[in-house]
Amino acid sequence: MKRQDDPIDPGRRKALQSGGLAIAFLWLGGAGTAAAMINARRQPSDAAVALADGNPPFAPNAFIRIDTSGAVRLVMPSVEMGQGIYTGCSMLLAEELGVGLDQITVEHSPPSDELYGIPALGGQITGGSTSTRSTWQVLREAGAVARTMLVTVASAEWHVDPSTCTVDRGVVHHASSGRSLGFGALAAAAGKLPMPDKVQLTDPKNFKLIGKPMRRVDSPDKIKGAAQFGIDVRVPGMKIATVAACPTMGGKLVDVDDKAARAIPGVVQVLRLDNAVAVVGEHFWAARQGLQALNITWDRGANAALTTQQLRDALADSARNGSSIVATDVGSRPTQGTTVESEYQSPMLAHATMEPMNATVFVTSDKCEIWTGTQVPMRAVEEAAKITGLSNDKVIVHNQYLGGGFGRRLETDWVEQAVALAKQVSYPLKVIWTREEDIRHDRVRPMYHDRISAVLDADGKPAWYGYRTSGSSVLARFAPMAMGKNGLDSDAVECVDEVPYDIPAKKVEWIRHDMPEGLVTGWWRGVGPTHNLFVVESFMDELAHHVGKGPLEYRRALLQKNPRTLAVLNLAAEKIGWSGQPLPARVGRGIALGEPFGSRVCAIVEAEVTPQGEVRLRRVVVALDCGIAVNTSSIEAQVQGGLLFGLSAAMFSGITIRDGAIEQSNFNDYRNLRINEAPMVEVHRVVNVEPPGGLGEVGTAIAAPALANAIFAATGVRLYTLPVDRDLLVKNSDALKSVVSTAAVHEGRNLT
Amino acid sequence: MLSLSVNGQSYPVDVPDDMPLLWVLRDVIGLTGTKFGCGIAQCGACTVHVDGQAVRSCVLPVGSLGNKAITTIEAVGNTPSGQKIQQAWLDVDVVQCGYCQSGQIMSAAALLQRTPNPNDADIDAAMSGNICRCGTYVRIRAAIKQAATGRPELLQTIVSAPEGASS
Repeated sequence: MKRQDDPIDPGRRKALQSGGLAIAFLWLGGAGTAAAMINARRQPSDAAVALADGNPPFAPNAFIRIDTSGAVRLVMPSVEMGQGIYTGCSMLLAEELGVGLDQITVEHSPPSDELYGIPALGGQITGGSTSTRSTWQVLREAGAVARTMLVTVASAEWHVDPSTCTVDRGVVHHASSGRSLGFGALAAAAGKLPMPDKVQLTDPKNFKLIGKPMRRVDSPDKIKGAAQFGIDVRVPGMKIATVAACPTMGGKLVDVDDKAARAIPGVVQVLRLDNAVAVVGEHFWAARQGLQALNITWDRGANAALTTQQLRDALADSARNGSSIVATDVGSRPTQGTTVESEYQSPMLAHATMEPMNATVFVTSDKCEIWTGTQVPMRAVEEAAKITGLSNDKVIVHNQYLGGGFGRRLETDWVEQAVALAKQVSYPLKVIWTREEDIRHDRVRPMYHDRISAVLDADGKPAWYGYRTSGSSVLARFAPMAMGKNGLDSDAVECVDEVPYDIPAKKVEWIRHDMPEGLVTGWWRGVGPTHNLFVVESFMDELAHHVGKGPLEYRRALLQKNPRTLAVLNLAAEKIGWSGQPLPARVGRGIALGEPFGSRVCAIVEAEVTPQGEVRLRRVVVALDCGIAVNTSSIEAQVQGGLLFGLSAAMFSGITIRDGAIEQSNFNDYRNLRINEAPMVEVHRVVNVEPPGGLGEVGTAIAAPALANAIFAATGVRLYTLPVDRDLLVKNSDALKSVVSTAAVHEGRNLT
Repeated sequence: MLSLSVNGQSYPVDVPDDMPLLWVLRDVIGLTGTKFGCGIAQCGACTVHVDGQAVRSCVLPVGSLGNKAITTIEAVGNTPSGQKIQQAWLDVDVVQCGYCQSGQIMSAAALLQRTPNPNDADIDAAMSGNICRCGTYVRIRAAIKQAATGRPELLQTIVSAPEGASS
């Protein structure tokens, strides 16, 4: 077992650095930003913050609050959007503090980069699968600091050596004298002690929580409908609005005839913004009815004739002919050997969080209060301050549980809109987007066009690979400071600038291709790796096929110098029974592997393609090496869920544009995987003591290529575009005439 | 003035007849456990029971309900099948973001009420109207089976292999 206090050596820093969103921020460089962020010993400096915490007698840092009753409240540095981070953070704190998860309550953190900033992201941001990687050591230390101070008080009172005391379930014990004192009795005195410089972390072999499958701390409320999401907030005197922004991207409001709307019972008033109209009602239904009764005239602006095809054509031209920024160029392209080359396209994607965008805002002359679920609480504060003209400290954000994030709630557009509307009225205003508004005004995952090529040596192995990826840059808008000096968006080449395979030479280029103004692209679960791994791992299958090798043996041969990733490949192959019984006709298995977000993962999808071209997901096996495990139950859940999220997108999802507007609007035309279409996802984990890898996006990033490769294995059809085009998969024209679809036959699942 | 019977309690509500039950529950009565997801009965987040049947409250005009018994997530734990489902949801640790889970639990409780020992096809048929973007379907299936049989389904499919075991 590696000692816990060993410094992380430079080679291991890669575990944190390699991770879509995170990598770029580290390029900000300097310890200055990191030093001003989460810390095991920094206390809320602002008296108002302490008061908002209920003024607990013992608050040794920003994460732990202990009252004289012994009640332990833990303040969560990251936000909970389903990924289980409240449970993971609680486990890290509780393990070292010496309490059970059944003895604590959790609280959302207030906005503060100083107290809750994630160094890798440059602020209080939950994203990039960074939370555990960035906080696991700090939170353990924070728990140990609190425990040490409580023990110091108890041992002083008993006149015994602190090292002879033990802590268990919120009580300090001195076994030889049979004395014990609860945290509540110790809290007031502990609060007056100086901060200990050095604390002893628990020996991992004595862990009671970390590494165990713990049930989530937020489940009991969530199964009763008692957890409060942003949309559930109720403020006295509040009214409810729903909104229509100009459907055409970048368009403006010209005029609105609201006479009919105002006549609807329950409609309170109609509000206008530059590019949107909102109807306020006594309840959502009145607002919604009112919105439908508006007669709005839009200036549809410069994008009025924009179509997906125009965007695709321009992007393809950039990919082929645009001038690039070189991300990496190692060795030289061999002049001898066989060249294989392909082009792949990935679509724009909506997030479609189950909870539509919403925010409740109350603006008064000297204060702006906001209730919403956000991945970026401080950014919400800053944007609201700009709109209201108030200073940051007059803006109060009450964060809530997030009904899904997936990167959508890294934005603040809906908060800005709600503040701009609430500023016009004298009462608290809850603004809820309809699902149609949520999809049509999403900040979509960019579309990409990628050219990938390889030169194969005499053994059929790649001696060089080339990659030209073209798309818009989310990072350039989201955090321009984090762009590379040469203008490179590191997220754009994540998981392709370095690949797990032993390939001696490579050239990876990025061609920045901005979308028309008004078409704003955003982070979407898995970001760069999700799209790059689709291309790289599909292409690896192409290479194997080209040289007549199986996809498993071909990859194995290229992973001989990478034992950790080879291990997940072998584990997945073993668990699915790769070399077992032959599969039925039009059933195939597809392998995809990668090293996204500091983890190593291999997914094998088993799919059946009916003669009519329908794809049935039969089974998925995932092997994972994510280093030290905090909550093994969450790990499984994140991989299962992330995989299904990625499969859902690969099977069904693509945002398209006509007349400058997003065509999709709701779950009828932006389809999502349902339970009858969802396969069993088995998760197998390689156990080791490497630093933790990211998890929230790992399953998503590896899903699409495993599916595409399975479809190729089943049909011989290579998919160069997503989502899956069923027309390409029809066995022959006769199949479409068949009245009996094999889609009716469930081969993959035991129905008894 | 309508009178609604929600979770065994009578609520007089002054709302238009065509107002969907969802918004009466959430914005008028103040029961926010039932969620808004799509507004067109495509996602199931708004599922409640009307006389024990799972229905999508986002498209159910409140004027059509008369004195039928409405049960929401806040009270489904008082029914035997709802109690079993909620306990299984905890035991199997189904929840992720949790936003869809009110609806999932309401659909599952109604399934268990009429089909005490559902097979996979029953689960598919009863639950395919409920979308989960987090992708908790594997555990939803396990939890329904556990609620039905009382036999613990595996909390985890994880099989941990020692380092290097397969290389």
